[in-house]
Amino acid sequence: MGDWKTPANLRYAETDEWFAVDGDVVTIGITDYAQDQLNDIVYVEFRDAGDDVDAGDSFGEVESVKAASELYSAVAGEIIEVNSALEDSPETLNADPFGAGWMVKVRASDLAPLAGLMDASGYDAYCDSR
Amino acid sequence: MSTELLQPLIYDIGSPGRLGVNLPECDVPKVELPAALMREELALPEVGEVQVVRHFVKLSKLNYSIDQGMYPLGSCTMKYNPKINEDAARLPGFAQLHPLTDESGSQGALFLMHELQKWLGEISGFPAVSLTPAAGAQGEFAGILMIRQYHIDRGEGQRDLILVPNSAHGTNPATVTMAGMDVLELPSNDQGNVDMDALHAACEGELRDRIAGMMITVPSTLGLFESTILEVIATVHDAGGLMYMDGANMNALMAAVKPGALGFDVMHYNLHKTFSTPHGGGGPGSGAVGVNEKLAPYLPGPIVEMVEEQPPRTPSPGPVPPSVPPLDGGRNSSELGKGSSKSPLSSLGGDLGGGGVGVRDAEPPLYGFVMPEKSIGRLKAFHGNFGMHLRAYAYIRVYGDSGIRDVTRYAVLNANYLRAKLMATYTVPYPRYCGHEFVLEGHFADAEDVHALDISKRLMDYGFHPPTNYFPLIVPEALLIEPTETETKAELDEFVAAMEKIAEEARRDPELLRQAPHTAPVRRLDEVRAAKELVLCCAPALPH
Amino acid sequence: MSYIPHTANETQQMLGAIGVDAIEALFEAAPATHRFPKLELPPPMSEMEVAAEMLAISEANDHAQDFAIFRGAGAYHHFIPSVVNHILLRGEFYTAYTPYQPEISQGTLQATYEYQSMMCALTGMNAANASHYDGATSLAEAVTVALEVARHRRKKVILSHAIHPQYREVVRTYHQGRDIRIIGDRGRGEIVDLMEMLDENTAMLAVQYPDFFGQIDDLTALADAVHDAGALLVMVANPMALSIFKSPGELGADIVVGEAQPMGVPLGFGGPYLGYFAIRQKYVRRIAGRIIGETLDADGKRAFVMTLRPREQDIKRERASSNICTNQGLMALSASVYMALMGKNGLRKVGELNYHKAHYAANEINRLDGYSVDMSKPFFNEFVVSCPRPIAEINEALLAEGVIGGFDLGAHYFHLNDRMLLCVTEMNAKEEIDRLVEILGGLS
Repeated sequence: MGDWKTPANLRYAETDEWFAVDGDVVTIGITDYAQDQLNDIVYVEFRDAGDDVDAGDSFGEVESVKAASELYSAVAGEIIEVNSALEDSPETLNADPFGAGWMVKVRASDLAPLAGLMDASGYDAYCDSR
Repeated sequence: MSTELLQPLIYDIGSPGRLGVNLPECDVPKVELPAALMREELALPEVGEVQVVRHFVKLSKLNYSIDQGMYPLGSCTMKYNPKINEDAARLPGFAQLHPLTDESGSQGALFLMHELQKWLGEISGFPAVSLTPAAGAQGEFAGILMIRQYHIDRGEGQRDLILVPNSAHGTNPATVTMAGMDVLELPSNDQGNVDMDALHAACEGELRDRIAGMMITVPSTLGLFESTILEVIATVHDAGGLMYMDGANMNALMAAVKPGALGFDVMHYNLHKTFSTPHGGGGPGSGAVGVNEKLAPYLPGPIVEMVEEQPPRTPSPGPVPPSVPPLDGGRNSSELGKGSSKSPLSSLGGDLGGGGVGVRDAEPPLYGFVMPEKSIGRLKAFHGNFGMHLRAYAYIRVYGDSGIRDVTRYAVLNANYLRAKLMATYTVPYPRYCGHEFVLEGHFADAEDVHALDISKRLMDYGFHPPTNYFPLIVPEALLIEPTETETKAELDEFVAAMEKIAEEARRDPELLRQAPHTAPVRRLDEVRAAKELVLCCAPALPH
Repeated sequence: MSYIPHTANETQQMLGAIGVDAIEALFEAAPATHRFPKLELPPPMSEMEVAAEMLAISEANDHAQDFAIFRGAGAYHHFIPSVVNHILLRGEFYTAYTPYQPEISQGTLQATYEYQSMMCALTGMNAANASHYDGATSLAEAVTVALEVARHRRKKVILSHAIHPQYREVVRTYHQGRDIRIIGDRGRGEIVDLMEMLDENTAMLAVQYPDFFGQIDDLTALADAVHDAGALLVMVANPMALSIFKSPGELGADIVVGEAQPMGVPLGFGGPYLGYFAIRQKYVRRIAGRIIGETLDADGKRAFVMTLRPREQDIKRERASSNICTNQGLMALSASVYMALMGKNGLRKVGELNYHKAHYAANEINRLDGYSVDMSKPFFNEFVVSCPRPIAEINEALLAEGVIGGFDLGAHYFHLNDRMLLCVTEMNAKEEIDRLVEILGGLS
């Protein structure tokens, strides 16, 4: 297994987002593995707070000099907060993807889709196989 | 930023009040300019002619070019650009011809376009060709729009999926999206061919009725002839889809196979690749499209056709124009009052024929622009990149039937020679003869820190332009090498020697490669900084 | 064998190294049933013969060295200083390709960066790309950008009928697969009528400046109205006119596009031309095409590189908003050299020459019996003339006198029968204009 961090208390999507649940609010970011693969992140962009997203919808985009990735929400709901500080300092995503690099908070209408995501060990195995 | 540029910016070498060009005085009475509409500031440089010349000459010397040496940039076909073509393009009859000149006054240009349409059609086996696309990507766009409209007209507008192999150039999937359709990506097998199981599954499964067509490059972007191409075409046709051939690699096909005869419905040509029109530091290109009878009514227009003899001109005052111009072109600009009713055919005389050019009749037909019956429309203003058409015309004319055949034969010979020579030193992933280009893996098991990019950068130190890096995406550390037919054996041998030396350096002194280039005008650039700081414009700020 | 250098001996050595007897053996993977077709092409020709043939073909055209040209309508006959062609003929520029390898492409990169900068200066924008195919496609791409900025939630695109008819055709070609509405240009709507059409579903409104009829509308209220509706203002501008007239940036445009052929690119029967694209930098990540930016090399030296690459098709593939790859780089170099040479004072002078000469011609023609020039709005170097006879007839007569007359507006606008769009540039000497007026006078 590679040397990336995968906190045990989060859920993970195949598109490399992590999801943290607090009541009906889901915080979303990208994983350490993803930021390492992207390399120097130079730009992020999110949809606006107040926008609704469906499960599987894109809530934003992240760019390095050689790649651009869409960001997907596994849950439906309303975006209640975006981490706009990242727009000025996208390098935070490389430095602290699970902390200061959180991206959006969604008030989820249904938490059920999270059960279908991977746990930490599942995600590690998934990354190892790529 | 404090350090100096290699050559200062044009804005930084001027002085207030300096002029770069003398213009004539106004020879008509001046009128008052509308003050409320006038701009106050025009932040352009103020530089003299000599300074401008030196500025751009110094900049030019920072470039690598085909005129300097081999430029084996895979999939771009960087062949020698014949000088005669540049001279031809600058003839007043071409360079100073207004695009909206009446057809009777542009018969030379129309004749040339008509011949080129015919020749391109012959080379690829298509009965109809439009020259209007400005580049390969626009040709692709035209092709996919034609396919889309074809299905709609047959009441099958639900066909919205285009199959695209994962080895495809990025323009293919981007084109599909632009046309409002969706991409269904197909995997490749270990031979670099389309995975036939996946193709059959897509064409025979539940998506069958949504298959609009497939885009495929032949030879593939790996430089390999798709040995199952006839089956691929039949499979897609059986599902009701049409076949689009990306003609970027046509340099491997001329007089080898005709895409139209294989069963393709539509393809684009890159005149700036196969037919030697210069790449110009990024363009212009020219991306003619050829189609079979099914799609001919949908071609982007206008195209050139022989039209009916036009009715006699309305009688007009002034002298009757001569019907045949002098052959020597020895007219001068003060010679107002002479006529325009000219035909290229009469002026060329009867000695132009032979081969497929056709016989010049005494009473020549007239060429005209026509919009195909169900055309997908106009792709750009006017009629395509005519300056590229005329260069391609001259190129095909110089080579002729036997020469065009040799272009492909020697392009393929050069690529296979390089491949054979480099196989001892580098991993070549597909063990079979290549077309006009081939891919190798730019890394070594015993020099793990060295990547394809490092090899590329080091090649600059040896005086070569690097191959295409990291494309196709399906080969790790890909280096796509396309020497073209215009390189000598000696030049190829020097390239091989450089590549062998680099492979040796990779083991002995990997840092030497990772820091390369060492002799180029600048070292590796900070692309992260460029993307984050976004310095895109140096003009003095304007009031908003 | 023309440009193929191989001797028979070398060919044999190379075949030996590959391990085959003949070149034909290398084509074994091509379907045998279709291999090696005969090509019905003419036989090879020497350079001497080809040169003669090209000259003969070229002279079968009515070109500007033999004819006085008063036709514009999207393609303009302007003076091009000799320097432009000499720089263009440097193989270091024209036989290079896209600067994928910046270390050995600083010439192209810096020249393109300077082009971007000068286009920004002209248009009053602060970002520009390295070019589109032509003015028409740059407008079509501007539509895409406006839709992207609106995140495809706004579906309405308003075009003025006074935008070049072929540009509007191209916009429709480009967007035929999209679920959007293109309105505004089917009638004869004035700017105020277009403003009426703005709503919360409008992504953009586009006008031409000067418009297709050469005229300059009062645009002062337009930008605010467009922005109040949450849409973008796109201006299709003739860069030559921007030498003297207010920049679109000053007028509130968000995107400025158009045909930069007037800046150092010859008429060339319509191409290759130069589509320019300038925009407010806050939207730059939405645009297509190459963009050059400044950065530092590993030694801290200032240098240039293609930037914002993830927007492009080779990285973003089916998620890219445009498929453009090859652009009009060499024509951007032409414009760069042209603008550098003309400079601040020269370009203004060319602009004024165009203005004065066009107005002289317009005034003289307006005096003729049976003719009237539309003077209802200010104009630059083109104007609409109402004529006493069908335009085809007038142009026929002019042609017989060695003059290429105006563009027949009736071909594109039914209500403008018997009206021609005349263009006068710095290339038309007073004697030429007087001759035009004289011939027209004889046709009243």
